Amino acid sequence: MTTTPTRPSWTTWDAPTERWLLSGFCRDGKQRTVLLELAARVVFPTVLVLSIYLLFAGHDRAGGGFSGGLVAGQAFVLRYLAGGRMDDSSIVSLRPPVLIGLGLVIATTSAFLPLLFGGELLETAIHKVTVPLLGQVKLVSSIVLDTGVYVLIVGVVLDLLRTLGSGIEADVQAAERGQA
Amino acid sequence: MPLLAFVVVHLLVALALPFLARRSTRAAFFTAAVPPAAALLWVLAHAGPVLSGQTVSETVEWAPLIGLELAFRLDALALLMTILVSGLGAVVLVYSDAYFSRGGGDARRSAPLLLAFAGAMLGLVLADDLITVYVFWELTTVCSFLLVGQAGVSRESRRSALQALMITSMGGLVMLLGFVVLGESAGTYRISELIEHPPTGGTTGLAAVLILVGAFTKSAQVPFHNWLPAAMVAPTPISAYLHAASMVKAGVFLVARLAPVFPNLPEWWLPTIVFGLVTMLVGGWRALHEHDLKKLLAYGTVSQLGFLMVLFGAGTHTGAMAGAAMLLAHGMFKATLFLVVGIVDHQAGTRDIRELSGLGRSMPWLAGVAVLGVASMAGLPPMLGFIGKEAAFSAFLTGARPDLLVDAVLVLGSMLTVAYSLRMLWGAFADKPELPQTTVKPATAGALVPTALPALAGVVLGVGYPVADVLASSYAEFFTPVVPYHLALWHGFTLPLLLSAVAVAGGVALHLGRVRLTAARDRLPRPLDAQRGYELIMAQLERVAVGVTGRLQVGSLPTYLGIILLTLLVVPGSALLLRLTVPDDLRGYDNLLQVPLAIVVVVAAAAVLRARRRLTAVLLVGLVGYGIGGLFIVDGAPDLALAQFLVETLTLVAFVFVLRRLPARFTQSGTAKVWQAPKAVIAGAAGILVAVAAVIFSGARQNPPESSAAFIANAEQGAGATNVVNAIIVDFRAFDTVGEISVLAIAATGMASLILASRHERRKRSTRVPSITVKTTTGLVEQPVKQHEEVRE
Repeated sequence: MTTTPTRPSWTTWDAPTERWLLSGFCRDGKQRTVLLELAARVVFPTVLVLSIYLLFAGHDRAGGGFSGGLVAGQAFVLRYLAGGRMDDSSIVSLRPPVLIGLGLVIATTSAFLPLLFGGELLETAIHKVTVPLLGQVKLVSSIVLDTGVYVLIVGVVLDLLRTLGSGIEADVQAAERGQA
Repeated sequence: MPLLAFVVVHLLVALALPFLARRSTRAAFFTAAVPPAAALLWVLAHAGPVLSGQTVSETVEWAPLIGLELAFRLDALALLMTILVSGLGAVVLVYSDAYFSRGGGDARRSAPLLLAFAGAMLGLVLADDLITVYVFWELTTVCSFLLVGQAGVSRESRRSALQALMITSMGGLVMLLGFVVLGESAGTYRISELIEHPPTGGTTGLAAVLILVGAFTKSAQVPFHNWLPAAMVAPTPISAYLHAASMVKAGVFLVARLAPVFPNLPEWWLPTIVFGLVTMLVGGWRALHEHDLKKLLAYGTVSQLGFLMVLFGAGTHTGAMAGAAMLLAHGMFKATLFLVVGIVDHQAGTRDIRELSGLGRSMPWLAGVAVLGVASMAGLPPMLGFIGKEAAFSAFLTGARPDLLVDAVLVLGSMLTVAYSLRMLWGAFADKPELPQTTVKPATAGALVPTALPALAGVVLGVGYPVADVLASSYAEFFTPVVPYHLALWHGFTLPLLLSAVAVAGGVALHLGRVRLTAARDRLPRPLDAQRGYELIMAQLERVAVGVTGRLQVGSLPTYLGIILLTLLVVPGSALLLRLTVPDDLRGYDNLLQVPLAIVVVVAAAAVLRARRRLTAVLLVGLVGYGIGGLFIVDGAPDLALAQFLVETLTLVAFVFVLRRLPARFTQSGTAKVWQAPKAVIAGAAGILVAVAAVIFSGARQNPPESSAAFIANAEQGAGATNVVNAIIVDFRAFDTVGEISVLAIAATGMASLILASRHERRKRSTRVPSITVKTTTGLVEQPVKQHEEVRE
């Protein structure tokens, strides 16, 4: 994604030409920090993986849907801080309220699922399978509920970015143009 | 389960009707008429056994744990009311098809609502349980609100609908209180059991008064009568149903239903008779001066409802007979007359008696039907209304002096009734020499037939009075002592006949002198006006509400926090001071790491107070949070610590976002300086209280709690988790988790709405700037996908 500078002059020779952000748009002028852009670009997938790990590990170690969702949310926060208004939700193409609703739906459906199998509301089923190379893997049905919590928390954080982050930024820009 | 099934079918069909009404309102109205018609036929088929004393009853467990059940019972009174509710319901629905414009919004709305109304009313008259009664009672209130308000386009319809809702639902709440008092003191909520063993004791009188408030508001008795004429903004078929069979009849029905429960109880019969008589006179008097035919009929209804209240409230055998006959008669003639007025209004375009003239010649059939209805209303033989009135006059001819007074007032009220009946007939159909002939389109058969049916029923029941007699007698059996009285057209030359004659003669005289009467009334001072009183009360209520809200919600965060903390100090704080026991094994620290962490937290908290910049303060508060997270780790709670760190970080970010729009430094106004000392005292005291409480509470626990032990024991087996915290969250207490995330979703959505709402207007106004980097219409509510494509170009 390199772009050749149109006029290589002494004014722009030290300006970074690399676009580190996925959206391809960086903050303009004084607000831009290349270091943060680079860090966000590198760290973002790693943090997401960590959040998924926390979601699954929660059953036996520290973590769980709530913590995992918060960690994933913070990854998006990092991207927003680096890229600003144009970068939020350029990966997740779902609107935050939809995510929140989706999480709630997943959680409540998982609550009612055991009823179909003659169990009680919110009952947990445990299933252990042996996978080659990995050894024994324990599957617990309550992970579905935790996933619902995870998705909902991500939605809440994205909603926060949308309103307090981008929203206020848009306000500031509007005020600068004398529309406020 | 036929009774419950009928009610449920009514409501289910009503739910499905909107979809049908969208296609064809005609089909909707005729479909809607089917359930009431079916209910009517079924009830008539069972009339024989029911009247001979074999009641049909059924119960459905609703919430057995708290003893709630839906109980239904078909007895004589329920039979009588079902004939009205279902019969007139079907009639009105068929008529509505001719009245409403096809496919109009009113028609689409009214068909399902009227049917739901009929269903709720059916449930009410069949109910045999006080709570069941209340449920259906309020359902009718809601339905009437929607029917009177219609689309809520005009301000008047909104106001009238709201007034009906306010008055009747307030009364309904008072009535519920009465039901609870009655049910708890008698030990049963089943009406049939209450009738068998009437409760005694001090609370019964209180219950009676409370229940009467509900009945009076619903049945538009003075001083609550004003909502009924106001509700005349509704389309005429709806008014017809409201007046003849439903809503306002509910109050009278309740008095009739519960009269055997309160035999000879002065708290019961005294208010009903007094208020009933006053209402009868007030309604009749007001009806004499109305120019709007619908309002005239509405005041007539108010007057007749007062009459019915007197008859049912008296609690005598003959009174009950008369009441049952009059209830039936009133339903029939009032439905007819309203439907007649509806046709007049529809065909002539006005219902003002100062504009109508000569309709009798252009609409002879309609005039004939109207004469039948009016004759029954005025109590002329051979109508059912006449039979009922005869019985009513007889009921109070016992020779006791108060009874004679009641009779005198009833005769006076009947005079007024005759007078306004004549006024209605004259106003709608007479030739008025000073007015031009009103041009009308002839009425359609689809409107005329349903209008004529109730009128003919009144004639049939009058001529075939033994049928009415059986109906009334089997209801009146509840009242002792049984006086051998039978409804009949001819009792011989008796005093009631003379009274009827006097009433008719007086009414005719009043009608002939109507011009002078109205002039005289205009000269009278009017100190009391219920409508104005209601408006005054509502205005006062709003003023008080504004005042209270203004005083309590001052909009200052320190004030709110101060009040909350003061409450905390006073209520649990005082208890803590009284029971202060210091645990004897108090240690400085458990782990050496706690000391530096505690110092960090304390220092950061103290530094917040000295901070001049908002950002500094926020960072310091964050530091407090992180310090506490560290303490969690030291205490061996990694889950808690992880969540604490993450939430703290997110809070910091959110704070920083908001700070962009706030001034960098704290601003201090002069008044804030004055409050600094009290604020410091409250904050310090609250902090100390919480710290001391934490130490004492944790010291009070000697052993690990049993619930935790159970969780720990079951985590591996039951939830397949070795992390107990998580096992609790997603398994043992998963229900709480689902509840909490729902709260979180609602809170997040609410917050987002609040923030975005303030910008919504501006976003609509602002123009789009083509360049992407300074786009005004933010991508907040656009599809990010689209943005994505723009970006990739």
